[in-house]
Amino acid sequence: MAKAILKITNLRVESINGTVLVENTSLELKPGEVLGLIGESGAGKSTIGLASMFYARAGCRITGGTIEIDGQSIGDLSADGRRDLRGKRIAYIAQSAAASFNPAHTILDQVCEMPVIHGLMTRAEAKAWALELFKALDLPKPETFGNRYPHEVSGGQLQRAMTAMAMSCKPAILVFDEPTTALDVTTQIEVLVLIKKLIRDFNTAALYITHDLAVVAQVADRIMVLRHGKMMELGDAKQILTAPTTEYARALVTERAASDKLSVAVAPAKRQPLLDVQNAMGVYHKFVAVNNVSISVAQGETVAVVGESGSGKSSLARLIIGLLPRKAGTVTFGGRELSPALKQRSKDDLRRIQFIYQQPDVALNPRQTIGNVIGRPIEFYFGTPRAEVKQRVAKLLTQVGLPEDYAKRLTTALSGGQKQRICIARALAAEPDLIICDEPTSALDQLVAEDILKLLKKLQDDLGVSYLFITHDLGIVRRIAHRTAVMLRGQIVAEGTTPQIFAPPYHPYTERLISSVPEMRVDWLDEVLARRRRAQV
Amino acid sequence: MLRIIAVRVVLGLLTLLGVSILIFAATEILPGDVCTAIQGQGATPDTLRVCRIELGLDRPSYVRYTEWFFNALHGDFGLSLTNKRDILKSISPKFVNTLFLAGYAALIAVPLAVGLGILAAINEGKWIDKVANIVSLAAISVPEFFIGYLFILFLAVRNHWFPSLSTVFSDMSFGERVYVTALPAVTLTLLVTAHMLRMTRSSVLAIMSQPYIEMAFLKGLARARVIMVHALPNAAAPIITVIALNLAYLVVGVVVIERVFTYPGVGAFMIDGVSKRDLPVVQAGGLVFAGAFVLLNTVADVLGVLVNPRLRRAKTGT
Amino acid sequence: MINRRYWPTVTAWIGAAIVAAFIVIAIFAPWIAPFGESQSVGETWQPSTNTYWLGTDNIGRDILSRVIYGARTTIGVALVTTVLSFMIGITTGLLAAVGGPAIDQVLSRLVDVILSIPLLIFALIILSMMGSSLITLVLTIAVLDSTRVFRLARSVAQNIVVLEYVEAARLRGEGLPWIIFREILPNALPPMISEFGLRFCFNFLFVAGLSFLGLGIQPPLADWGGMVRENGGAVFGGKAAPLWPALAIALMTVGVNLVVDWILSMNARPSGASAEM
Repeated sequence: MAKAILKITNLRVESINGTVLVENTSLELKPGEVLGLIGESGAGKSTIGLASMFYARAGCRITGGTIEIDGQSIGDLSADGRRDLRGKRIAYIAQSAAASFNPAHTILDQVCEMPVIHGLMTRAEAKAWALELFKALDLPKPETFGNRYPHEVSGGQLQRAMTAMAMSCKPAILVFDEPTTALDVTTQIEVLVLIKKLIRDFNTAALYITHDLAVVAQVADRIMVLRHGKMMELGDAKQILTAPTTEYARALVTERAASDKLSVAVAPAKRQPLLDVQNAMGVYHKFVAVNNVSISVAQGETVAVVGESGSGKSSLARLIIGLLPRKAGTVTFGGRELSPALKQRSKDDLRRIQFIYQQPDVALNPRQTIGNVIGRPIEFYFGTPRAEVKQRVAKLLTQVGLPEDYAKRLTTALSGGQKQRICIARALAAEPDLIICDEPTSALDQLVAEDILKLLKKLQDDLGVSYLFITHDLGIVRRIAHRTAVMLRGQIVAEGTTPQIFAPPYHPYTERLISSVPEMRVDWLDEVLARRRRAQV
Repeated sequence: MLRIIAVRVVLGLLTLLGVSILIFAATEILPGDVCTAIQGQGATPDTLRVCRIELGLDRPSYVRYTEWFFNALHGDFGLSLTNKRDILKSISPKFVNTLFLAGYAALIAVPLAVGLGILAAINEGKWIDKVANIVSLAAISVPEFFIGYLFILFLAVRNHWFPSLSTVFSDMSFGERVYVTALPAVTLTLLVTAHMLRMTRSSVLAIMSQPYIEMAFLKGLARARVIMVHALPNAAAPIITVIALNLAYLVVGVVVIERVFTYPGVGAFMIDGVSKRDLPVVQAGGLVFAGAFVLLNTVADVLGVLVNPRLRRAKTGT
Repeated sequence: MINRRYWPTVTAWIGAAIVAAFIVIAIFAPWIAPFGESQSVGETWQPSTNTYWLGTDNIGRDILSRVIYGARTTIGVALVTTVLSFMIGITTGLLAAVGGPAIDQVLSRLVDVILSIPLLIFALIILSMMGSSLITLVLTIAVLDSTRVFRLARSVAQNIVVLEYVEAARLRGEGLPWIIFREILPNALPPMISEFGLRFCFNFLFVAGLSFLGLGIQPPLADWGGMVRENGGAVFGGKAAPLWPALAIALMTVGVNLVVDWILSMNARPSGASAEM
């Protein structure tokens, strides 16, 4: 058995004011092995990743445990000794490449910096090696790519350039900190393939940090499940995915698996269109964000609009509510045409369409009590007297699954999921016919998001409200939407009932989108690659 | 990139135009005019009318503004009301004096403040940072005249190390000038350094909390290299802005300092004009100070463009 | 549990104590001061004695008493000016951020031009025309200073206007007053608290500076800047007379700055500079 090249024993990391971020965590990494670290936000995954380089962010401290690389405890080394290891034996790849590249230097300068400084290569050798890495990572025009500044290349390319930078010293260990999270699905798969190939070709060991089980399933040999800074479960990748032993891991796996399957009731056959958009065009700073789009939502129906970033899905939502100027087309609601401008719409028109935002943190005024937040629409639209408003707020809070006495609190102390419930209650307070949900779960952790989706479904069953659901996540579409529209570059390229969209014959873009979403099988990525290769031949 | 710079320069000129209008307007919209100001309580309608015709105040204000502005462009600020001397002739040597004092202070203050500011930032939270913080906080809190009189009392009067009055003459040698103006220059330096140090520190700290600095540390680079190669090139633009802003502050600080040390500069000249209600002198002084102010800000803008890699490559762009 | 992070530091306590002491002195001046505000009690520029702790001034008044009375005028004028400046600055700033591009352009360009003239120079020009009555002085400084407040209020409000809770209010159909006073203002004020301290310091030094130049608060009112001017000549005879009021100015500003520094440091996050190596 090979000796571990990275060994962490009983790690403990605390913040300056004493909060424990990670405790009692141990792991071992053998040469060429990939360990996936998975968990929700606040699980301590990134902290562990940085601690493996004996680095703690400002305001944090490593207060216990040992970290050994090649059998040498880094904690015992001098600052110079640690510095010598960083980059050379163990290198880091961050989530946001755009923020991690220095805007003042060219990409090549930053990629070549490490091997030269660590005395491994001359500048010329480093350049030649960088060129090889650029080629291996499929970067366009590898000879000149490095001469560009970070802001001059796309996000996916920059992420690959950062991988090249990490590989520049041919380290034994790579730490990937959510390297594909900021990317669109179709870009993510490309980067994922290259990362996997690189790790294999150089037999590099890696810590792969992510919140997405399906992503980690593609690259990791073993998986560690973390929660609140503690290790919950550690095991073989296949075992974790198919037979997790702890309850928490099981919940994560079940929830993630659910998004691979269609689980939605069939759309009602008789459709009474409530919202009807015809040939709408929306322009934003001379850019046609919504181009000739027609879509309709019936009473009690959920219609999903799915697309990647920049597809115009959010612009469509803003066009409907009157925030994006409509240059052409009509929007009819409940049989009446809506004015393009928000200011010209009647109070009742405004009341009947409500909106739920992606970031519940900024969707709630931090200086208002929850009672005021939810009570205001009741007072504003219905002129209800105070005492009744109070009762109604209490009822709404119960409806969204929160205690009644929350009415007196401010929203600031609540968790993300609770805040989103408040937003839902605020929308319901107006007694709307349609709620437009703009990525309402994408800022939330997996299990919390699941609860919000369930709540939205239940409210639809109880109240018969319709949803127009904007999302980039096909898993959510499968679970909640009766009908689905796929958007690409401002246009709807495919539309139909959700089962129709997710079954052949596909529109080519829909197929690409569907096939890019990682599935919960360890060999999924290889299968996709094989399939795509066959298709090309 | 040239286009961006040209835009900044044109913007600076437009600002100067706006400033001249504002200076002129400030003396117009207010109740009363030069004549009521000169004559004060003793004014009668007749004497006022005579005075106004004499000074050409009976013409519409836009005519007088245009005349004033174009004359000023040629360096003609008119005649002083009190002693009927050509303002340009009286202001020029004073302008040189003020420039000398401000330049003297700037020459010490800029390297000192930027150096210490960077030093404090990269040693955030350590003793040198704390000392710099307290000392500079004290220095920005203290009025100019306090330091000035303190220096005079202890360094000039009780110990005769420096002259207590910084009177300069045109036939003084350079060395003498430097010696005579040492106290006002150091006073000015202290104040400007404190401001500049604090602002430099916070701009460097803003850069130090960027993810690419963390990345540089994780690449195993030495602290010195992280700071010199990764932090400072990005801090250059904000630091240049800080310097320009403080040099502008220096220009104003000069007014009070000149008074304390009875130094014959534009500030003292203008204050004199204000107390005698000598409007053309006040306008000329205002224009000189505002012009220096606008010039410094425009230069900072242009330099900011030059050191920013994003803007520097705007012309070649992708 | 008390969060240690928000517990005032030693320097903040010292600052608060200084400010509190000066405020008490200002309020109870007639009871504290040993002599009257403009009461001539001795010779010119007498040194410190048991009767005149800080000596006497250029016309034989007790300097300590003048400093105590001066607290009223100097601090009072600066405080009123700052409050006024904030009222003007916040109103116009919020209006520029919410009222649409036309209002914003007009206000912002005007402020740009005003700010490209050094405030002291501008104040000199106006005061030379208007004469320096107390009201002119306060109004002039407040209006000029409000341009700085305007910039801050505008940018704070602009950051809030784009937040989704404000958009939610607009979508609901709320009018401008509700949006400004209920959604934006409560969130815009907290980040401006420390700015109030800084502006106060600035105005305080500014008033003192103008008085020192003879264009601020006029005699016989005792004010610290004016006292420095009246007694400036004493230093050339080796006497410390002008240093006492100047010291009072310095102490007051240091006090406010220490408190502001603490407020600012609460909001600051540690940067990479202090990261563990």
